[in-house]
Amino acid sequence: MSKLQWMMITGIVLFLFACSKSEQLVAIFEGFHQPVGFPAPAYKLANNPVTKEGFELGRKLFYEPRLSRNNTISCGFCHLQASAFTHHGHDVSHGIDDRLGSRNSPPIMNLAWNTTLMWDGGVFDLDLQPIAPITNPVEMDETMENVLQKLRNTPPYPALFQRAFGSTDITTARMMKALSQFMVMLVSDQSKYDSVMRKQGVTFTDAEQQGYAVYRRHCSSCHQEPLFTDQSFRNNGLGAGPNNDRGRYDVTLNPSDQYKFKVPSLRNLAYTAPYMHDGRFYTLPAVLRHYTSEVQEMPTLDPLLKQGGHTGFSLTATEQEQLLAFLQTLNDKKFVNDARFAEEAP
Amino acid sequence: MHPFKHTIYGALVVLLSFTACKKEDIKSETPTAAKAVLSIQFDNIAGDRNLQLNTGSYVNAAGESFNISLLQYFISNIKVTNSSGQEFVVPADSSYFLVNEANAGSQFVKVKVPEGDYQTLSFVLGVDSLRSTMDISRRTGVLDPSGGMGDAMYWGWNSGYIFFKMEGESAAAPADPSGQHKFRYHIGGFGGYSAPTLNNIKRITIDLRAGGIAKVRQGREANVHLMADILKVFNGTRTISIAANPTVMFSDFSTQVANNYTQLFHHDHTEN
Repeated sequence: MSKLQWMMITGIVLFLFACSKSEQLVAIFEGFHQPVGFPAPAYKLANNPVTKEGFELGRKLFYEPRLSRNNTISCGFCHLQASAFTHHGHDVSHGIDDRLGSRNSPPIMNLAWNTTLMWDGGVFDLDLQPIAPITNPVEMDETMENVLQKLRNTPPYPALFQRAFGSTDITTARMMKALSQFMVMLVSDQSKYDSVMRKQGVTFTDAEQQGYAVYRRHCSSCHQEPLFTDQSFRNNGLGAGPNNDRGRYDVTLNPSDQYKFKVPSLRNLAYTAPYMHDGRFYTLPAVLRHYTSEVQEMPTLDPLLKQGGHTGFSLTATEQEQLLAFLQTLNDKKFVNDARFAEEAP
Repeated sequence: MHPFKHTIYGALVVLLSFTACKKEDIKSETPTAAKAVLSIQFDNIAGDRNLQLNTGSYVNAAGESFNISLLQYFISNIKVTNSSGQEFVVPADSSYFLVNEANAGSQFVKVKVPEGDYQTLSFVLGVDSLRSTMDISRRTGVLDPSGGMGDAMYWGWNSGYIFFKMEGESAAAPADPSGQHKFRYHIGGFGGYSAPTLNNIKRITIDLRAGGIAKVRQGREANVHLMADILKVFNGTRTISIAANPTVMFSDFSTQVANNYTQLFHHDHTEN
């Protein structure tokens, strides 16, 4: 692309940005925006353009406990906004009847860029994702048919589906598309890091700047900017857990995928503890201890964690402090407080 | 990003455009050939007996006696070839069926094909990868991932259809936590989306000449009567034992079951 084209695009983006800012008072629905510096989304928005009505229906469905067998558990139950839409404080989540799952509920943020979903990548389309927790016996333990039937019999859903999709028909596809419209809007791009990168008059402190360099040296090959994940599946040497969860292998049946899990984003770590697919680490220092001294040798251990004849990598105490300071700049307070994403008062 | 996924996207686009072209071709090639109904009957049996859910007792080659409580499978991508070798592909949007032993109507798969004499019938046992990865709005009817009232033919955790589902009880099966001696065979796997994995999609081609060609005419309904012998699931290329494999789902072993079920179908006769 030529320099002129870039300038024009930037100009248009800035112009839109300026407009939306000034019109916030009238609360115009802005739809989905690709943030400056973010790649093109993986989600096929052309198949499901985000509308105000669709987004609002999706939000209502997200907080709807009727999605579960006994009408007690909504999506928002295990994906709390204040925790960047994960289940804060739970190593593995508890669902219906307090049954425990086997993995830590992942945060719902920037899903529009996810090429696969779930820790093992078993779901390849956001439109298919909600079926998994709804039908999982330890999460919502319901059938899709029952959910659709409940929604058909519950005002104002028929009217809301009409507003969003043009008729009162409540189908699997429409329900999934509405939920996707809500979920793709959950974009976290307002952290301090983002402001620094966009040169919005904010700068890193010295410690943050040095931490950024530590991150670039040791973390960025997997936790790639700006999403802070490269979406790949890797074995980071946690060792087999008590339930011998083999992760990605269960989806591909490829022996080289044993014990690999999706690389999680480093955004919003302040809100999403505990960490790892099984939530085994409650603090970031515990995570750093893992990478510096507890990485276990395994046949599928990621080569990046097995360099120079030893596992993991070393960080001085100062480097760890700097890295933690940098990671704090990835927290997006606006995201976890954004009123558009909260459950509406009943 | 996965380069493989881009390949898949590319392939999807190409395939979609093919499908689009093909539909046009069919329309333009056969503007005058009137279409009529071809019925394909899937009559489930167990060896030399009719299959009876729950009440019938059968013995497999491993000497294990068992009964069947549930039997469902997808039939899709139907093609027929006439006596001059011309092939007709049933349009994709009318070519997905779920045969369910508990629902007599579902055992008659009805498609519209141009009038003619057909000597070969071909179909897929399962759901092709293109449809398995298509936008959810294109997956209606039997392909709706919500379908099935608890007997869903869909895996939510590993997006994909279950092609063939057979469950029953056998003393040979170990007791499950509820004390039942059940065996459960849920066979699927379309080859993977973001990474390649097992592919249990099976195309089955049946020569109709010995049992009688299908003479499709308007005003009549030719019925190709197939027998599906579920004993072949156990007694195929490989002898499968319930005791050794009480549960077969998404695993490498499922390919053995899938290889066996390609032998399931036998053309008994045609009613013209």
